[in-house]
Amino acid sequence: MSASLATVSYLGATILFILCLGGLSNQETARRGNLYGIIGMTIAVLATVFGPRVGAAGYGWIVAAMLVGATIGLYAARTVQMTQMPELVALMHSMVGLAAMLVGFANYIDPGASTNMSGAEKAIHEVEIYVGILIGAVTFSGSVIAFGKLSGKISGNPLLLPARHWINLVGLLVVIYYGREFLNAHSISDGMTPLVVMTVIALLFGVHMVMAIGGADMPVVVSMLNSYSGWAAAATGFMLSNDLLIVTGALVGSSGAILSYIMCAAMNRHFISVIAGGFGTTGGSPALPGAGQPAGEVVPISAPETAELLREAKNVIIVPGYGMAVAQAQHTVYEITRLLRDKGVNVRFGIHPVAGRMPGHMNVLLAEAKVPYDIVMEMDELNDDFPQTDVAMVIGANDIVNPGAQDDPSSPIAGMPVLEVWKAKTSIVMKRSMASGYAGVDNPLFYKENNRMLFGDAKKMLDEVLVALKA
Amino acid sequence: MALTIGVPKEVAAGEKRVATVPEVIEKLIKLGFPVIVESGAGDLANISDEAYRAAGAEIAGTAAELWAKADIVFKVRGPSLEEVAQIRPGTTLVSFIWPAQNPELLQQLAVRKVTVLAMDSVPRISRAQKLDALSSMANIAGYRAVIEAAHHFGRFFTGQITAAGKVPPAKVFVIGAGVAGLAAIGAASGLGAVVRANDTRPEVGDQVKSMGGEFVTVDYQEEGSGVGGYAKVMSEGFQKAQREVFAKQAKDVDIIITTALIPGKPAPKLITAEMVQSMKPGSVIVDMAAEQGGNCELTEPGTVTVKHGVTIIGYSDLPSRLAKQSSTLYATNLLRLTEELCKTKDGIIDVNMEDEVLRGTTVIKDGTITWPPPAPKLSAAPAVVQPAAKPVATPSKSHGHGGDSKPMSSGPMAGLFAVAAVFFWFVGAYAPPAFLGHFTVFVLACFIGYMVVWNVKPALHTPLMSVTNAISSIIAIGALVQIAPTMDMGGLERPDGWIRWLAVGAIVLATINMFGGFAVTQRMLAMFRK
Repeated sequence: MSASLATVSYLGATILFILCLGGLSNQETARRGNLYGIIGMTIAVLATVFGPRVGAAGYGWIVAAMLVGATIGLYAARTVQMTQMPELVALMHSMVGLAAMLVGFANYIDPGASTNMSGAEKAIHEVEIYVGILIGAVTFSGSVIAFGKLSGKISGNPLLLPARHWINLVGLLVVIYYGREFLNAHSISDGMTPLVVMTVIALLFGVHMVMAIGGADMPVVVSMLNSYSGWAAAATGFMLSNDLLIVTGALVGSSGAILSYIMCAAMNRHFISVIAGGFGTTGGSPALPGAGQPAGEVVPISAPETAELLREAKNVIIVPGYGMAVAQAQHTVYEITRLLRDKGVNVRFGIHPVAGRMPGHMNVLLAEAKVPYDIVMEMDELNDDFPQTDVAMVIGANDIVNPGAQDDPSSPIAGMPVLEVWKAKTSIVMKRSMASGYAGVDNPLFYKENNRMLFGDAKKMLDEVLVALKA
Repeated sequence: MALTIGVPKEVAAGEKRVATVPEVIEKLIKLGFPVIVESGAGDLANISDEAYRAAGAEIAGTAAELWAKADIVFKVRGPSLEEVAQIRPGTTLVSFIWPAQNPELLQQLAVRKVTVLAMDSVPRISRAQKLDALSSMANIAGYRAVIEAAHHFGRFFTGQITAAGKVPPAKVFVIGAGVAGLAAIGAASGLGAVVRANDTRPEVGDQVKSMGGEFVTVDYQEEGSGVGGYAKVMSEGFQKAQREVFAKQAKDVDIIITTALIPGKPAPKLITAEMVQSMKPGSVIVDMAAEQGGNCELTEPGTVTVKHGVTIIGYSDLPSRLAKQSSTLYATNLLRLTEELCKTKDGIIDVNMEDEVLRGTTVIKDGTITWPPPAPKLSAAPAVVQPAAKPVATPSKSHGHGGDSKPMSSGPMAGLFAVAAVFFWFVGAYAPPAFLGHFTVFVLACFIGYMVVWNVKPALHTPLMSVTNAISSIIAIGALVQIAPTMDMGGLERPDGWIRWLAVGAIVLATINMFGGFAVTQRMLAMFRK
């Protein structure tokens, strides 16, 4: 295959990748979009392997490596539970990061890569290597920690080292200093030391950054790492002068950046403050006892009474949260939905953008449980419908239905858009206990007179509701 | 020593309700109170002595026995003179009292050195709603009013098209959209009638609509909300405008249900004799304010009369006509009150005059008249005159989601352009041409990504992440080109072994991602279905 033919193939693959992302704009075209992605990837890999830059000596290695990778990848994709999607995605980000690191090192020690370069060209090439490895390393270690947090192997609480911002700043200065050293290095072995030191600092920075971020900010972190993995690919593209890598990396990078932006907007928080970590550590301590203590009392309700309320309702909105994912209750939720729909009850789902641990997490869980996607609505689509709703059922969510975000300007989550379940005739909150949500804010919703609390494990309680409904 | 709750049989003529029901007795006993019920107390509400006994209550043979044993007496209607004579000093009496209308009763009770909690004096604050017996009774009355109207009305409520001809729906006009009015609107629209309603308080319009009614406004500027969310007396000009509206409605509708009451005043006369005359023969008026004199000039309290071919129902015992339902709700209101009185759940009550709800409800404390209470601190009434329709900010959205199409304000925009210009100049001045080509591609790709991704549905964000993940495994190409380069080395020594292993490692990692990412995306997307 000639060089021009390979270039044209890359162009084709680029277009297919763009179509792939474009296809995701709605559910009908999404599957075709994924197919475009697969075709694009196949073309890109074949064009590279049979292109002018890979010798026949490499075929054996390539086939073996790809077989191993494909087997592991397909196995993981088949066996993963839908509730574990955030973990899987985080783990995959770490692989892109690690791959970017390895490619960067390989490129650096390859003397052929920079033979014909001189002056500015060589300097730029070395900066590209340096930056590529830096981003790759941060993505790698950050994603590994995110994976640990999401899968519960590491505590979800933010780890806040004293003077953590100073630690980061010092790290950055050291990285810049060694960057100079690296550029001034005369031979490959001379440059190796700064490169390794920088890599270690970048890895530590990635760990530190994600450790400082709490559980409910995970949607932001996951999409941010998604973005980083794209930038890592783009940096590698610059390093290798490969436009396909640059374009793809830029697509993925901007996609992740937009997702991070959407998630931050949904929590009314600044991107910087999420990354800086530690919710509520600035601006005084949240949830001062007494100050904003909601008045009123909590009215508990039993599962049969819940079933009674649902049976008599005409309009029901279900608001799922991370608690539903933890309890694996989505299938029971679907059973209840189906039963109510058969009775002519208008059941819909209201999804807050940051419900769950990654963007769109709840949608995937509900889809897995066969809930039709046309009754799964976004927050903005049904927030105005709560006053006409008879029962709003909140399953394992807390901060995203907190009226304090609207009423109480001193609340740490003030201004965050929330689902207005308290405007429904009755709201039912399913919760394990009265513990406050991630933000550590007491939820005045629980004390509203039209609110009922159904205490207990979401799955167990919903099963009881289902039995009572069938009876 | 736990106090005994006694529930006597109601003595007022025609009163079918009873102050407790078996389900509530169980809960009262759980609070630590023994309960004693007079034999036959629940007969008219279809509750037998047996049922009370099964719930754990003791049955007293006579009223005298009950009054002698009870420390707390639950009643529906205020006590009669004979009953007052039987009350032991120190007893706590809970019932409807209407202290404003019955000052002598209040005096007589005070002489007996008792404590009296009036269920009609529960303050109108959110916390007290669960013990607001007026609301629960009004709800029943509103429902029953519609049923009474249907009984006397010679046609269907719902419109039908049958083989025997077309039936138009009945038109119902409800005056006063308080609890009773709203219940009436709900019941009437549930039966299929076309329902309209009017109220002097404009803020109830939404509530009327939510019950299925149409809100008819009087075109006159005046705020009609009085203290505690009740209505107040309106000005002469308003009343004139209101009468015109009512006269117009009277000609059109089949049924009028009036619920207009102003606390402590006779009911306003809203339906005049001429309006009744203008109604179609066979029409029905239910005057729910009959006890306070009636909203219609022709109402005869307590009975049904036919005037000018219009049936006018003036029953004042509508809740009692649904005895079992009203007894159950009233008993629950009393239970909630008992819970407030006995927070320790040990069968001892504490009439805490510091508590706003109990303070308002208590009209006599240990023989001292404490009515009227100080004005409530909080009112359910909304802040005065609402400004004319707030401009609703509807953020205009561009394509897809979130992308705000509002143009950026010019200041930051100019700054952004300036920074970009400096940056581009810097790149253009120093970077070699080869880099510029890649840089162009990079910047354009970022823009394409930005445009394309804003169109992705939030529901598909997880598949988006997994597919972008799969695509980012394109990094494999970087490893592929290094594994066995065909380039001329120019005699340089190349650490082949190292590079190969690094590249193989990168290929394995990227391939895991490639296959895993696409496969899991496919799996997820296959689940999304209609």
